[in-house]
Amino acid sequence: MTTATTTTGDRPAPADGEPVLEVRDLSVTFTTEGGTVSAVDGVDLTLGRGEIVGVVGESGCGKSVTAMSLAGLLPRSAEVTGSVELLGRQLRGAPPAQLRAVRGNEIAYIFQEPMSSLNPVLTVGRQVSEVLQVHERMSRARARERAVELLRLVGIPSPERRVRQYPHELSGGMRQRVMIAMAVACDPTVLVADEPTTALDVTVQAGILDVLRGLRDRLGTSILVITHDLGVIADVADRVVVMYAGRVVERAGVEELFVHPRHHYAAGLLSASPTPGRYAAADDRLQEIPGLVPTLAEQPDACTFADRCPAATDRCRSAAPPLAELDPGSGHEVACWHPRGSTPTTDHPAGEEDA
Amino acid sequence: MSTDTATDAGAADPGAPVLELEDLVMHFGPVRAVDGVSLSIAPGRVTALVGESGSGKSTVGRCVVRLLSPTSGTVRLGGTDVTGLGRRAMRPHRREVSIVFQDPAGSLDPRMLVGDVVAEPLRLQGRGGGRAERERRVAEQLERVGLDRSVAQRYPHELSGGQRQRVSLARALVSEPRLLVADEPTSALDVSVQASVLNLLADLQRDIGFACLFITHDLSAVEYLADDIAVLYLGQVVETGTREEVFARPRHPYTQALLAAAPVADPVRQRERTRVLLGDDLPSAIDPPSGCRFHTRCPLAVDRCATEEPVLRTVGGGGSVACHLVDDDGSGPDVRDATPGATPDATTDPDHDDRPGSPA
Repeated sequence: MTTATTTTGDRPAPADGEPVLEVRDLSVTFTTEGGTVSAVDGVDLTLGRGEIVGVVGESGCGKSVTAMSLAGLLPRSAEVTGSVELLGRQLRGAPPAQLRAVRGNEIAYIFQEPMSSLNPVLTVGRQVSEVLQVHERMSRARARERAVELLRLVGIPSPERRVRQYPHELSGGMRQRVMIAMAVACDPTVLVADEPTTALDVTVQAGILDVLRGLRDRLGTSILVITHDLGVIADVADRVVVMYAGRVVERAGVEELFVHPRHHYAAGLLSASPTPGRYAAADDRLQEIPGLVPTLAEQPDACTFADRCPAATDRCRSAAPPLAELDPGSGHEVACWHPRGSTPTTDHPAGEEDA
Repeated sequence: MSTDTATDAGAADPGAPVLELEDLVMHFGPVRAVDGVSLSIAPGRVTALVGESGSGKSTVGRCVVRLLSPTSGTVRLGGTDVTGLGRRAMRPHRREVSIVFQDPAGSLDPRMLVGDVVAEPLRLQGRGGGRAERERRVAEQLERVGLDRSVAQRYPHELSGGQRQRVSLARALVSEPRLLVADEPTSALDVSVQASVLNLLADLQRDIGFACLFITHDLSAVEYLADDIAVLYLGQVVETGTREEVFARPRHPYTQALLAAAPVADPVRQRERTRVLLGDDLPSAIDPPSGCRFHTRCPLAVDRCATEEPVLRTVGGGGSVACHLVDDDGSGPDVRDATPGATPDATTDPDHDDRPGSPA
């Protein structure tokens, strides 16, 4: 912990942390043999210092593509527009050498499957120290010492012994901890965790989420958690961004979102998951969201959820609702013409201004 | 089909358990994947088999449908011992049990039309009459799982994941089995699709009344769907009970830890919960720990746990548990009260740096 600075006991209030990462109007289009696919459309995202923001959505909603585009990890077939600013520096369109310096150093990633991200023929100690030798220009011996410290930081027991082991000798949870150790080796400003616990058992997941929380609390790392699992969001996130078909449809503080989801998709997701104490009686069915997430060649000027939405009207099919606060100052934004909890006849106030 | 059922070998006693496992053992070379599992499912009951990956729960399911031949022990379907039956002798019993797998894409033949996929069990069992009759039953089956009958003329790759899982269910249920083995049927699906498959499974089970061995790691789905629960740890059952009992009063420290670890989709409740952190490593099934297999991770373990293997015994209040620390009346300690590492809320506890998983 060379630069452990922020160690606030309480969870930092979302608004307090100065923004470290600001994404504005990010769009990603892939050109494939089958034509173009619009994966991300006009995404805005802010991550404050020491904040954990959860991005949630189902497969195909663009959450992983958004995450990958932050540090230029997408293939050449992806056309990225918009702005990605890290501490005021523009990363979108930055030269490869500059992005390479940013990756690992300032923005670090961990992915779902730790086994495929680790090199099977190198010891984990070697892999962790390599990061330090490359980015921090540490000597081999110093990097080795630091690797042991890092493994201890992420909760690996007897790290002195573990550094000499190969990935296949570790359990899935231990491998993911090694990935986290590599990711935080250079004390990154932003950690992007893309489905960090999806491949793991719940008992192991709890430990990994604890490590992430610990990093934020003790190192002040800002963390973007990409997941489909609302339980993970409920556990670690301060704020939540709900994505659907490439767009952000709702943004709110975590407690607010779970209690008062305003977008019909967010509400549908919440009531689709079984919750403790619920049993499949004939009159208690899980809410289904009919239909499928569309794959879009281009983003229409309409609400992309309209076809599956219980509240959709003609307006939803003819104009895309903007993401805007329902109650000014609440920090709870929704992109919907007929948000839940409003009287059915009243349209979204933001929409009224547009009209 | 009523005549079919009347001639069923195993359906003679309608009250007999649909499935009985007695001391089931399945070893793969040195790997003791399943090591003495006994389990019984009454007609029409849904029994969930839960545990971490590596606990042997899928192996149990595969032994039940005889995709694997158990090393030892007994598998009885509807009262008939099918453990030692050869392929041919097993055939009449095949229709009593079906299986649905986790990955619907991998369990449907990509070169077969959906209609042929669903009709195959009937064809193999020499049932369903002529072609027209089979087609009628396939159409009926597809509609029962919420698909249009025209889907019969399509290929699996033309369908979504949720639709494919419905096709798997249609195929599994077309032979009107008395037992359905559902091996992580929703784990590969998105949340909203999971909901529709869980609803469908609940509806079908209620309407048709088949018994179900529901294999899963998803505890919220277990609570939603199961009547009874069996908790598996390193190839052995450590606790059984009804859904109500196990969720309200888990007795085994492992069950308690498992329930405490599963996150609740409610930020306020989730952050107030007691956290129990087990060590990450599920011990190797090649050389399982002595005594109680859970003692290496159990926050409550005492000396006796390392030397003496606890037997699964019935305890007061219903259910059974294999733990030295649980009394015969069913009372015992709770890891959520006793774990030194358990903290009510990681972010507000000033001592949280001392938890396992954090450096002191």
